[in-house]
Amino acid sequence: MNTVVAKLQRQFQDYLVSLYQQGFLDNQFTELRKLQDEGTPDFVAEVVSLFFDDCSKLINSMSRSLERPENVDFKQVDSGVHQLKGSSSSVGARRVKNVCISFKECCDVQNREGCLRCLQQVDYEYKMLKTKLQDLFNLEQQIVQAGGAIPQVNIN
Amino acid sequence: MAVGEVMRMEIPAGGDMSVTSPELHVLAVDDSIVDRKVIERLLRISACKVTTVESGARALQYLGLDGDKGASGLKVNLIVTDYSMPGLTGYDLLKKIKESSVFREIPVVIMSSENILPRIEQCLREGAEDFLLKPVKLADVKRIKELIMRNEAEDCKTLSHSNKRKLSEYIDDASSPSSSSTHGDSSAKDFPSSKRMKSEDEKFSSLL
Repeated sequence: MNTVVAKLQRQFQDYLVSLYQQGFLDNQFTELRKLQDEGTPDFVAEVVSLFFDDCSKLINSMSRSLERPENVDFKQVDSGVHQLKGSSSSVGARRVKNVCISFKECCDVQNREGCLRCLQQVDYEYKMLKTKLQDLFNLEQQIVQAGGAIPQVNIN
Repeated sequence: MAVGEVMRMEIPAGGDMSVTSPELHVLAVDDSIVDRKVIERLLRISACKVTTVESGARALQYLGLDGDKGASGLKVNLIVTDYSMPGLTGYDLLKKIKESSVFREIPVVIMSSENILPRIEQCLREGAEDFLLKPVKLADVKRIKELIMRNEAEDCKTLSHSNKRKLSEYIDDASSPSSSSTHGDSSAKDFPSSKRMKSEDEKFSSLL
C-alpha cells in the first residue's frame, strides 16, 4: 500500500516539476496550489476549468473578428488578447501568456496574418496545457484514492 | 492576532472597545471570472467575507449608489477593484465612491495587470488605499488586510475618544433642570437608546 502511494506521489512530483521546467507553468500556479486544502481539494481544477472555458470563448470571438480581411475589428481582438493575457497570468499558464504578448504586438500594428498565426498558437497552447493538467489532476485523484496526501512540491 | 480574530468595526453605545468578530466584508470587482474566483479564494482564506461583482455598475448597485435603493444588507469594509473593466473602469468606480458622503470612508484598493506609474499615481491621488499588481498573491492580500485593520483600529480609537467627550457633554446637558428625563440622576444608563449614540457616530465619521 505504502509503496503504491509513494510511487504515485513520486510520479506526481516529477510530472509537476517537468511542467514548470518545460515552461507550461510559472510561479502563479504555485500560488494557486497554496490556496487549495482538504476543505477545497478541487480549487485549482475549478479555476483552470474556468480559464479553459474563457480561452475557448475568447478564441472563438477573436476568430470571428479576424475572419474577413477587409473588415477586421482590431479593437475587439485587442480586448480579447488583453483578457486572455490577464487570465493566463492569473493561473500561471506561462506559454499561453507568452503567446498573448506576441499576439498583442501583431494587433497593435494591425497585422492580420500575424494575428491569425498567434490565434492558432494560443489555441494549440491552451489545449496542450489542458491535456497536461488533466493528467496531473488524474494523478492527484489516484493518490487520494490510494489513501495518500498530495505532496507539497517546491519549485526552485 | 489569530486567524479569524478581527477588530470590532462599530462602536456600541457605551463606547466599549472589546475585540470580537465580525470579519471584514470585502466587495471584489472584476470583469474576469477567473480573477473573481481567485480573489474570492484569496480573501476567504484570509478570513474575510467576500461578495464578488463583475462590473463597476454592479458594484454601485450593490452599494446603493446608482440612484436606486441599496441592495446590500452587509456593511462593506473594503473594496478591491480591477482597473481595466469595460464601462466603468476601476478608477471611475473609485471616484464615485470617494465623491459619496456615505461611502467615501470605505478603503478602495485597485488591481491592475499593468505596472503604469502615472496610473498608479492617479489612483492614489484620487484616494485609493493601495495598488496591487496582478497576478495577485496571498502575500498581497495579507498585507492589504493588515493595512485596513490597522486603519480601522486607529479610527475606532479616535471615535472612542470623541464618544467619551460627547458622553460627558450629554451627561452635563441631561443633569440640567430643563432636562425632560423622568429620572433625577444623569448616569449613562439613562441614555434614551443606543440609537442616539449611533447617530452621533455617523455624524462624526462623515466629518472624518
